[in-house]
Amino acid sequence: MQSILEGFAAAFRLIVTGNPELWRIILLSLEVSGTALILATVLGLPVGACLAMRRVPVKGLVISLLNTGMGLPPVAAGLFLYLFLSRSGPLGFMGLLYTPTAMIIVQCILAFPIVASLSHAAIANVDPVIRQAAVTLGATPIQESLAVVKEARYSIMAGVMAGLGRVMAEVGAIIIVGGNIAGYTRVMTTTIALETDKGNFELAIALGIILLTISFSITVALRFFQRLGRTGTSAASWA
Amino acid sequence: MGLELKIAHVFRSYNGNPILRDCSFGFASGRTYVLQGPNGSGKSTLFRALALLEKPDRGRVEYRDGGRILAADLELRRRITLVLPSTGIFNTTVFKNVAYGLKIRGVTGADREARVNDALAAVGLAHKKWHRASELSSGETKRLGIARAMVINPEVLMLDEPTANIDPANTAIIESIILKMRQERSATILMITHDPAQAERLGDDLLFMQEGKIIPA
Repeated sequence: MQSILEGFAAAFRLIVTGNPELWRIILLSLEVSGTALILATVLGLPVGACLAMRRVPVKGLVISLLNTGMGLPPVAAGLFLYLFLSRSGPLGFMGLLYTPTAMIIVQCILAFPIVASLSHAAIANVDPVIRQAAVTLGATPIQESLAVVKEARYSIMAGVMAGLGRVMAEVGAIIIVGGNIAGYTRVMTTTIALETDKGNFELAIALGIILLTISFSITVALRFFQRLGRTGTSAASWA
Repeated sequence: MGLELKIAHVFRSYNGNPILRDCSFGFASGRTYVLQGPNGSGKSTLFRALALLEKPDRGRVEYRDGGRILAADLELRRRITLVLPSTGIFNTTVFKNVAYGLKIRGVTGADREARVNDALAAVGLAHKKWHRASELSSGETKRLGIARAMVINPEVLMLDEPTANIDPANTAIIESIILKMRQERSATILMITHDPAQAERLGDDLLFMQEGKIIPA
Protein backbone atom coordinates (compact mmCIF):
# COMPACT_ATOMS: atom_id res chain seq x y z
CA MET A 1 0.00 0.00 0.00
CA GLN A 2 2.85 2.32 0.95
CA SER A 3 4.52 1.79 -2.43
CA ILE A 4 1.27 2.54 -4.28
CA LEU A 5 0.88 5.80 -2.39
CA GLU A 6 4.51 6.68 -3.05
CA GLY A 7 3.95 5.85 -6.71
CA PHE A 8 0.99 8.25 -6.90
CA ALA A 9 2.91 10.98 -5.09
CA ALA A 10 5.83 10.65 -7.51
CA ALA A 11 3.41 10.58 -10.45
CA PHE A 12 1.77 13.83 -9.33
CA ARG A 13 5.21 15.39 -8.96
CA LEU A 14 5.96 14.43 -12.59
CA ILE A 15 2.72 15.95 -13.79
CA VAL A 16 2.98 19.15 -11.73
CA THR A 17 6.64 19.80 -12.57
CA GLY A 18 5.95 19.26 -16.29
CA ASN A 19 8.44 16.43 -16.78
CA PRO A 20 9.76 16.76 -20.39
CA GLU A 21 9.66 13.01 -21.12
CA LEU A 22 6.09 12.79 -19.87
CA TRP A 23 5.03 15.68 -22.11
CA ARG A 24 6.88 14.31 -25.14
CA ILE A 25 4.97 11.02 -24.76
CA ILE A 26 1.62 12.78 -24.27
CA LEU A 27 2.12 15.05 -27.30
CA LEU A 28 3.17 12.13 -29.53
CA SER A 29 0.09 10.16 -28.39
CA LEU A 30 -2.20 13.08 -29.19
CA GLU A 31 -0.47 13.67 -32.54
CA VAL A 32 -0.72 10.01 -33.61
CA SER A 33 -4.29 9.47 -32.40
CA GLY A 34 -5.49 12.89 -33.58
CA THR A 35 -4.07 12.41 -37.09
CA ALA A 36 -5.47 8.87 -37.27
CA LEU A 37 -8.88 10.12 -36.22
CA ILE A 38 -8.89 12.97 -38.75
CA LEU A 39 -8.00 10.50 -41.52
CA ALA A 40 -10.62 8.01 -40.31
CA THR A 41 -13.24 10.78 -40.30
CA VAL A 42 -12.28 12.09 -43.74
CA LEU A 43 -12.60 8.55 -45.12
CA GLY A 44 -15.34 7.16 -42.89
CA LEU A 45 -17.89 9.98 -43.00
CA PRO A 46 -18.36 9.95 -46.81
CA VAL A 47 -18.57 6.14 -46.74
CA GLY A 48 -21.23 6.26 -44.00
CA ALA A 49 -23.10 9.02 -45.84
CA CYS A 50 -23.06 7.12 -49.16
CA LEU A 51 -24.32 3.96 -47.48
CA ALA A 52 -27.13 5.88 -45.81
CA MET A 53 -28.23 8.02 -48.74
CA ARG A 54 -27.28 6.35 -52.00
CA ARG A 55 -28.04 3.09 -53.71
CA VAL A 56 -24.85 1.12 -53.14
CA PRO A 57 -24.27 -2.38 -54.53
CA VAL A 58 -23.92 -5.04 -51.81
CA LYS A 59 -24.80 -2.43 -49.20
CA GLY A 60 -25.74 -5.08 -46.62
CA LEU A 61 -22.38 -6.80 -47.01
CA VAL A 62 -20.47 -3.51 -46.65
CA ILE A 63 -22.43 -2.60 -43.50
CA SER A 64 -21.79 -6.08 -42.06
CA LEU A 65 -18.06 -5.72 -42.79
CA LEU A 66 -17.97 -2.31 -41.12
CA ASN A 67 -19.83 -3.63 -38.08
CA THR A 68 -17.35 -6.51 -37.91
CA GLY A 69 -14.52 -3.99 -38.20
CA MET A 70 -15.83 -2.17 -35.14
CA GLY A 71 -14.87 -5.21 -33.10
CA LEU A 72 -11.62 -5.89 -34.97
CA PRO A 73 -9.01 -7.10 -32.43
CA PRO A 74 -6.22 -4.46 -32.44
CA VAL A 75 -3.47 -7.08 -32.33
CA ALA A 76 -4.90 -8.70 -35.45
CA ALA A 77 -4.95 -5.31 -37.22
CA GLY A 78 -1.38 -4.74 -36.02
CA LEU A 79 -0.27 -8.16 -37.23
CA PHE A 80 -1.73 -7.73 -40.72
CA LEU A 81 -0.29 -4.26 -41.13
CA TYR A 82 3.07 -5.55 -39.85
CA LEU A 83 3.02 -8.25 -42.55
CA PHE A 84 2.34 -5.60 -45.20
CA LEU A 85 4.96 -3.15 -43.95
CA SER A 86 7.72 -5.60 -43.00
CA ARG A 87 10.77 -5.66 -45.26
CA SER A 88 9.54 -8.78 -47.09
CA GLY A 89 5.94 -7.51 -47.29
CA PRO A 90 4.30 -5.84 -50.32
CA LEU A 91 4.72 -2.33 -48.83
CA GLY A 92 8.10 -3.01 -47.23
CA PHE A 93 9.89 -0.74 -49.72
CA MET A 94 8.19 2.26 -48.10
CA GLY A 95 10.16 1.82 -44.89
CA LEU A 96 7.21 2.69 -42.67
CA LEU A 97 7.54 -0.05 -40.07
CA TYR A 98 8.42 1.24 -36.59
CA THR A 99 7.51 4.82 -37.47
CA PRO A 100 4.72 7.09 -36.18
CA THR A 101 3.21 6.88 -39.69
CA ALA A 102 2.68 3.12 -39.26
CA MET A 103 1.01 3.82 -35.91
CA ILE A 104 -1.26 6.40 -37.53
CA ILE A 105 -2.21 3.91 -40.28
CA VAL A 106 -3.09 1.14 -37.84
CA GLN A 107 -5.09 3.48 -35.61
CA CYS A 108 -6.90 4.78 -38.69
CA ILE A 109 -7.74 1.16 -39.64
CA LEU A 110 -9.22 0.68 -36.16
CA ALA A 111 -11.15 3.97 -36.06
CA PHE A 112 -12.43 3.93 -39.67
CA PRO A 113 -15.14 1.23 -39.21
CA ILE A 114 -16.38 2.96 -36.05
CA VAL A 115 -16.66 6.37 -37.70
CA ALA A 116 -18.14 4.95 -40.93
CA SER A 117 -20.61 2.65 -39.21
CA LEU A 118 -21.82 5.17 -36.62
CA SER A 119 -22.03 7.91 -39.28
CA HIS A 120 -24.12 5.57 -41.41
CA ALA A 121 -26.45 4.87 -38.47
CA ALA A 122 -26.66 8.58 -37.59
CA ILE A 123 -27.47 9.68 -41.15
CA ALA A 124 -29.87 6.78 -41.82
CA ASN A 125 -31.80 7.81 -38.70
CA VAL A 126 -32.46 11.34 -39.95
CA ASP A 127 -36.16 11.80 -40.68
CA PRO A 128 -36.67 11.45 -44.49
CA VAL A 129 -38.80 14.59 -44.40
CA ILE A 130 -35.59 16.62 -43.86
CA ARG A 131 -34.29 15.56 -47.27
CA GLN A 132 -37.68 16.24 -48.84
CA ALA A 133 -37.82 19.69 -47.21
CA ALA A 134 -34.40 20.54 -48.65
CA VAL A 135 -35.57 19.41 -52.11
CA THR A 136 -38.77 21.45 -51.93
CA LEU A 137 -36.70 24.51 -50.99
CA GLY A 138 -34.60 24.10 -54.13
CA ALA A 139 -31.54 22.16 -52.97
CA THR A 140 -29.23 20.50 -55.48
CA PRO A 141 -28.47 16.81 -54.81
CA ILE A 142 -25.23 17.80 -53.03
CA GLN A 143 -26.96 20.50 -50.95
CA GLU A 144 -29.68 17.98 -50.12
CA SER A 145 -27.09 15.46 -48.89
CA LEU A 146 -25.28 18.13 -46.89
CA ALA A 147 -28.56 19.13 -45.23
CA VAL A 148 -29.10 15.54 -44.10
CA VAL A 149 -25.50 15.13 -42.89
CA LYS A 150 -25.74 18.45 -41.04
CA GLU A 151 -28.90 17.23 -39.35
CA ALA A 152 -27.00 14.18 -38.09
CA ARG A 153 -23.97 16.22 -37.00
CA TYR A 154 -24.27 15.62 -33.25
CA SER A 155 -24.62 11.86 -33.65
CA ILE A 156 -21.73 11.87 -36.13
CA MET A 157 -19.61 13.75 -33.59
CA ALA A 158 -20.52 11.12 -31.00
CA GLY A 159 -19.26 8.47 -33.47
CA VAL A 160 -16.02 10.38 -33.97
CA MET A 161 -15.53 10.64 -30.21
CA ALA A 162 -16.14 6.88 -29.90
CA GLY A 163 -13.41 6.39 -32.53
CA LEU A 164 -11.07 8.63 -30.53
CA GLY A 165 -11.83 6.62 -27.39
CA ARG A 166 -10.80 3.45 -29.18
CA VAL A 167 -7.53 4.73 -30.62
CA MET A 168 -6.40 6.57 -27.49
CA ALA A 169 -6.75 3.41 -25.40
CA GLU A 170 -5.13 1.12 -27.96
CA VAL A 171 -1.85 -0.64 -27.19
CA GLY A 172 -1.57 -3.99 -28.99
CA ALA A 173 -1.50 -2.79 -32.60
CA ILE A 174 0.80 0.19 -32.15
CA ILE A 175 3.35 -1.81 -30.19
CA ILE A 176 3.52 -4.28 -33.13
CA VAL A 177 3.90 -1.69 -35.91
CA GLY A 178 5.49 1.11 -33.86
CA GLY A 179 8.00 -0.91 -31.89
CA ASN A 180 7.77 1.29 -28.77
CA ILE A 181 11.02 3.13 -29.55
CA ALA A 182 11.88 5.69 -26.83
CA GLY A 183 11.53 9.27 -28.02
CA TYR A 184 10.19 8.19 -31.43
CA THR A 185 7.22 5.81 -31.29
CA ARG A 186 6.63 5.48 -27.56
CA VAL A 187 3.17 6.68 -26.62
CA MET A 188 1.16 6.71 -23.41
CA THR A 189 -0.30 3.21 -23.55
CA THR A 190 2.90 1.49 -24.66
CA THR A 191 4.90 3.39 -22.03
CA ILE A 192 2.50 2.29 -19.30
CA ALA A 193 2.89 -1.34 -20.42
CA LEU A 194 6.69 -1.07 -20.58
CA GLU A 195 7.23 0.84 -17.32
CA THR A 196 4.90 -1.53 -15.44
CA ASP A 197 6.95 -4.45 -16.74
CA LYS A 198 10.11 -2.74 -15.50
CA GLY A 199 8.54 -1.94 -12.11
CA ASN A 200 8.91 1.87 -12.66
CA PHE A 201 5.48 2.87 -11.53
CA GLU A 202 5.88 6.69 -11.27
CA LEU A 203 5.79 7.39 -15.01
CA ALA A 204 3.23 4.61 -15.60
CA ILE A 205 0.87 6.01 -12.94
CA ALA A 206 1.33 9.60 -14.17
CA LEU A 207 0.46 8.54 -17.71
CA GLY A 208 -2.39 6.39 -16.40
CA ILE A 209 -3.86 9.47 -14.67
CA ILE A 210 -3.49 11.54 -17.85
CA LEU A 211 -5.03 8.75 -19.95
CA LEU A 212 -7.95 8.41 -17.54
CA THR A 213 -8.47 12.18 -17.66
CA ILE A 214 -8.50 12.08 -21.47
CA SER A 215 -10.92 9.11 -21.42
CA PHE A 216 -13.16 10.98 -18.99
CA SER A 217 -13.08 14.07 -21.24
CA ILE A 218 -13.98 11.91 -24.25
CA THR A 219 -16.89 10.37 -22.32
CA VAL A 220 -18.13 13.82 -21.27
CA ALA A 221 -17.83 15.06 -24.87
CA LEU A 222 -19.63 11.91 -26.11
CA ARG A 223 -22.48 12.47 -23.69
CA PHE A 224 -22.61 16.14 -24.67
CA PHE A 225 -22.99 15.35 -28.38
CA GLN A 226 -25.47 12.53 -27.75
CA ARG A 227 -27.57 14.87 -25.67
CA LEU A 228 -27.43 17.58 -28.32
CA GLY A 229 -28.46 15.04 -30.94
CA ARG A 230 -31.42 13.85 -28.90
CA THR A 231 -32.80 17.20 -27.80
CA GLY A 232 -31.46 19.62 -30.37
CA THR A 233 -30.95 22.11 -27.55
CA SER A 234 -28.15 24.60 -27.73
CA ALA A 235 -24.78 23.97 -26.15
CA ALA A 236 -25.39 26.87 -23.82
CA SER A 237 -28.43 25.21 -22.31
CA TRP A 238 -26.59 21.95 -21.67
CA ALA A 239 -25.38 21.49 -18.14
CA MET B 1 -47.95 35.91 -66.85
CA GLY B 2 -46.79 33.46 -64.20
CA LEU B 3 -46.37 29.74 -64.17
CA GLU B 4 -49.24 27.65 -65.41
CA LEU B 5 -49.55 24.13 -64.15
CA LYS B 6 -51.25 21.26 -65.89
CA ILE B 7 -51.49 17.60 -65.06
CA ALA B 8 -52.70 15.14 -67.63
CA HIS B 9 -53.72 11.52 -67.11
CA VAL B 10 -51.50 11.06 -64.06
CA PHE B 11 -51.34 7.64 -62.42
CA ARG B 12 -49.43 6.78 -59.25
CA SER B 13 -49.49 3.59 -57.19
CA TYR B 14 -47.71 2.48 -54.03
CA ASN B 15 -47.02 -1.24 -53.70
CA GLY B 16 -49.65 -1.99 -56.30
CA ASN B 17 -52.22 0.17 -54.51
CA PRO B 18 -53.47 2.81 -56.99
CA ILE B 19 -53.59 6.32 -55.48
CA LEU B 20 -53.82 8.67 -58.46
CA ARG B 21 -56.00 7.31 -61.24
CA ASP B 22 -56.07 9.21 -64.50
CA CYS B 23 -55.89 12.54 -62.70
CA SER B 24 -56.07 15.61 -64.94
CA PHE B 25 -56.44 19.31 -64.19
CA GLY B 26 -55.16 22.74 -65.19
CA PHE B 27 -54.21 25.34 -62.58
CA ALA B 28 -54.30 28.96 -63.76
CA SER B 29 -51.58 31.33 -62.66
CA GLY B 30 -52.19 33.57 -59.63
CA ARG B 31 -55.26 31.82 -58.27
CA THR B 32 -55.72 30.06 -54.93
CA TYR B 33 -56.96 26.49 -55.16
CA VAL B 34 -58.13 24.63 -52.08
CA LEU B 35 -58.25 20.87 -52.32
CA GLN B 36 -60.43 18.76 -50.06
CA GLY B 37 -61.16 15.08 -49.91
CA PRO B 38 -61.10 12.05 -47.66
CA ASN B 39 -57.89 10.54 -46.31
CA GLY B 40 -56.26 8.30 -48.90
CA SER B 41 -57.93 10.03 -51.83
CA GLY B 42 -54.53 11.07 -53.22
CA LYS B 43 -54.24 14.75 -52.21
CA SER B 44 -50.75 14.57 -50.73
CA THR B 45 -49.57 12.21 -53.47
CA LEU B 46 -50.79 14.73 -56.03
CA PHE B 47 -48.92 17.56 -54.27
CA ARG B 48 -45.72 15.51 -54.18
CA ALA B 49 -46.02 14.91 -57.91
CA LEU B 50 -46.74 18.61 -58.54
CA ALA B 51 -43.73 19.60 -56.41
CA LEU B 52 -41.57 17.24 -58.53
CA LEU B 53 -40.70 15.22 -55.42
CA GLU B 54 -41.98 12.05 -57.08
CA LYS B 55 -42.48 11.07 -60.67
CA PRO B 56 -45.89 9.73 -61.64
CA ASP B 57 -46.02 6.17 -62.97
CA ARG B 58 -47.80 7.50 -66.04
CA GLY B 59 -49.06 10.83 -67.28
CA ARG B 60 -47.59 14.34 -67.38
CA VAL B 61 -46.96 17.12 -64.90
CA GLU B 62 -46.31 20.23 -66.98
CA TYR B 63 -45.27 23.70 -65.96
CA ARG B 64 -45.65 26.33 -68.67
CA ASP B 65 -44.29 29.84 -68.81
CA GLY B 66 -45.72 31.96 -71.59
CA GLY B 67 -46.95 28.83 -73.33
CA ARG B 68 -43.51 27.18 -73.24
CA ILE B 69 -43.27 23.85 -71.40
CA LEU B 70 -40.49 23.96 -68.81
CA ALA B 71 -38.11 21.10 -68.12
CA ALA B 72 -38.49 19.53 -64.67
CA ASP B 73 -35.03 20.67 -63.59
CA LEU B 74 -33.46 22.55 -60.70
CA GLU B 75 -34.36 25.90 -62.27
CA LEU B 76 -38.04 24.99 -62.23
CA ARG B 77 -37.84 23.41 -58.76
CA ARG B 78 -36.53 26.74 -57.48
CA ARG B 79 -39.64 28.55 -58.76
CA ILE B 80 -42.07 26.32 -56.85
CA THR B 81 -42.23 24.93 -53.34
CA LEU B 82 -44.23 22.62 -51.14
CA VAL B 83 -44.69 23.01 -47.39
CA LEU B 84 -44.96 19.45 -46.18
CA PRO B 85 -47.50 18.48 -43.49
CA SER B 86 -44.67 17.61 -41.10
CA THR B 87 -42.61 20.58 -42.08
CA GLY B 88 -39.12 19.03 -41.87
CA ILE B 89 -37.69 21.80 -39.76
CA PHE B 90 -33.89 21.72 -39.52
CA ASN B 91 -32.27 21.27 -36.12
CA THR B 92 -30.91 24.80 -35.93
CA THR B 93 -32.15 28.30 -35.22
CA VAL B 94 -35.36 29.79 -36.58
CA PHE B 95 -33.28 32.31 -38.58
CA LYS B 96 -31.12 29.66 -40.24
CA ASN B 97 -34.20 27.61 -41.15
CA VAL B 98 -35.72 30.53 -43.00
CA ALA B 99 -32.38 31.56 -44.50
CA TYR B 100 -31.75 28.07 -45.94
CA GLY B 101 -33.58 28.56 -49.25
CA LEU B 102 -31.75 31.85 -49.83
CA LYS B 103 -28.38 30.46 -48.82
CA ILE B 104 -28.56 27.62 -51.34
CA ARG B 105 -29.48 30.19 -54.01
CA GLY B 106 -26.37 32.20 -53.18
CA VAL B 107 -28.21 35.12 -51.56
CA THR B 108 -25.89 36.53 -48.91
CA GLY B 109 -25.30 39.32 -46.43
CA ALA B 110 -27.70 42.15 -45.75
CA ASP B 111 -30.12 41.12 -48.51
CA ARG B 112 -30.53 37.67 -47.01
CA GLU B 113 -30.94 39.01 -43.50
CA ALA B 114 -33.53 41.60 -44.60
CA ARG B 115 -35.58 39.01 -46.50
CA VAL B 116 -35.48 36.57 -43.59
CA ASN B 117 -36.52 39.32 -41.19
CA ASP B 118 -39.45 40.24 -43.46
CA ALA B 119 -40.62 36.63 -43.71
CA LEU B 120 -40.35 36.11 -39.94
CA ALA B 121 -42.26 39.34 -39.31
CA ALA B 122 -44.97 38.21 -41.76
CA VAL B 123 -45.58 35.01 -39.77
CA GLY B 124 -45.19 36.65 -36.36
CA LEU B 125 -41.95 34.92 -35.41
CA ALA B 126 -39.54 37.88 -35.49
CA HIS B 127 -39.15 37.73 -31.72
CA LYS B 128 -38.05 34.07 -31.93
CA LYS B 129 -35.41 34.64 -34.61
CA TRP B 130 -32.53 33.22 -32.57
CA HIS B 131 -34.50 30.48 -30.79
CA ARG B 132 -33.83 26.84 -31.64
CA ALA B 133 -36.53 25.73 -34.09
CA SER B 134 -37.04 22.59 -31.98
CA GLU B 135 -38.23 24.79 -29.11
CA LEU B 136 -41.21 26.14 -31.09
CA SER B 137 -44.79 24.99 -30.54
CA SER B 138 -46.56 23.01 -33.30
CA GLY B 139 -48.39 26.13 -34.47
CA GLU B 140 -45.19 28.14 -34.57
CA THR B 141 -43.45 25.29 -36.40
CA LYS B 142 -46.17 25.40 -39.09
CA ARG B 143 -45.67 29.17 -39.37
CA LEU B 144 -41.92 28.66 -39.64
CA GLY B 145 -42.51 26.21 -42.50
CA ILE B 146 -44.56 28.87 -44.30
CA ALA B 147 -41.92 31.57 -43.65
CA ARG B 148 -39.26 29.28 -45.07
CA ALA B 149 -41.32 28.93 -48.24
CA MET B 150 -42.39 32.60 -48.46
CA VAL B 151 -38.84 33.92 -48.27
CA ILE B 152 -37.91 32.36 -51.61
CA ASN B 153 -40.88 34.05 -53.35
CA PRO B 154 -42.20 30.93 -55.08
CA GLU B 155 -44.41 31.32 -58.12
CA VAL B 156 -46.34 28.23 -57.07
CA LEU B 157 -46.76 27.65 -53.34
CA MET B 158 -48.24 24.33 -52.19
CA LEU B 159 -49.40 23.96 -48.60
CA ASP B 160 -50.23 20.43 -47.46
CA GLU B 161 -52.58 20.78 -44.49
CA PRO B 162 -50.99 23.95 -43.08
CA THR B 163 -53.44 24.09 -40.17
CA ALA B 164 -53.70 20.41 -39.24
CA ASN B 165 -53.28 19.56 -35.54
CA ILE B 166 -52.87 23.12 -34.29
CA ASP B 167 -54.99 25.32 -32.04
CA PRO B 168 -57.61 27.84 -33.29
CA ALA B 169 -55.38 30.84 -32.52
CA ASN B 170 -52.54 29.54 -34.69
CA THR B 171 -55.05 28.46 -37.36
CA ALA B 172 -56.36 32.03 -37.50
CA ILE B 173 -52.82 33.41 -37.80
CA ILE B 174 -51.99 31.02 -40.65
CA GLU B 175 -55.24 31.83 -42.44
CA SER B 176 -54.46 35.54 -42.23
CA ILE B 177 -50.96 34.88 -43.61
CA ILE B 178 -52.44 32.99 -46.58
CA LEU B 179 -55.05 35.69 -47.20
CA LYS B 180 -52.33 38.36 -47.12
CA MET B 181 -50.22 36.35 -49.57
CA ARG B 182 -53.24 36.14 -51.89
CA GLN B 183 -53.64 39.91 -51.80
CA GLU B 184 -50.01 40.96 -51.96
CA ARG B 185 -48.30 38.33 -54.09
CA SER B 186 -49.02 36.99 -57.52
CA ALA B 187 -48.15 33.40 -56.62
CA THR B 188 -50.45 30.51 -57.40
CA ILE B 189 -51.40 28.91 -54.10
CA LEU B 190 -52.52 25.30 -53.79
CA MET B 191 -53.66 24.14 -50.42
CA ILE B 192 -55.08 21.01 -48.80
CA THR B 193 -57.55 21.23 -45.93
CA HIS B 194 -60.20 19.10 -44.26
CA ASP B 195 -62.14 22.16 -43.09
CA PRO B 196 -64.88 23.18 -45.61
CA ALA B 197 -65.36 26.58 -43.93
CA GLN B 198 -61.66 27.28 -44.21
CA ALA B 199 -61.73 26.24 -47.86
CA GLU B 200 -64.52 28.77 -48.47
CA ARG B 201 -62.61 31.50 -46.66
CA LEU B 202 -59.31 31.00 -48.47
CA GLY B 203 -59.94 29.56 -51.91
CA ASP B 204 -60.73 31.16 -55.26
CA ASP B 205 -61.42 27.68 -56.57
CA LEU B 206 -62.54 24.74 -54.47
CA LEU B 207 -61.58 21.28 -55.65
CA PHE B 208 -62.52 17.88 -54.37
CA MET B 209 -60.40 14.79 -54.66
CA GLN B 210 -62.04 11.40 -54.81
CA GLU B 211 -60.56 8.04 -55.75
CA GLY B 212 -57.45 9.61 -57.21
CA LYS B 213 -59.19 12.21 -59.39
CA ILE B 214 -59.79 15.94 -59.04
CA ILE B 215 -63.39 17.04 -59.22
CA PRO B 216 -64.28 20.77 -59.16
CA ALA B 217 -66.53 21.34 -56.13
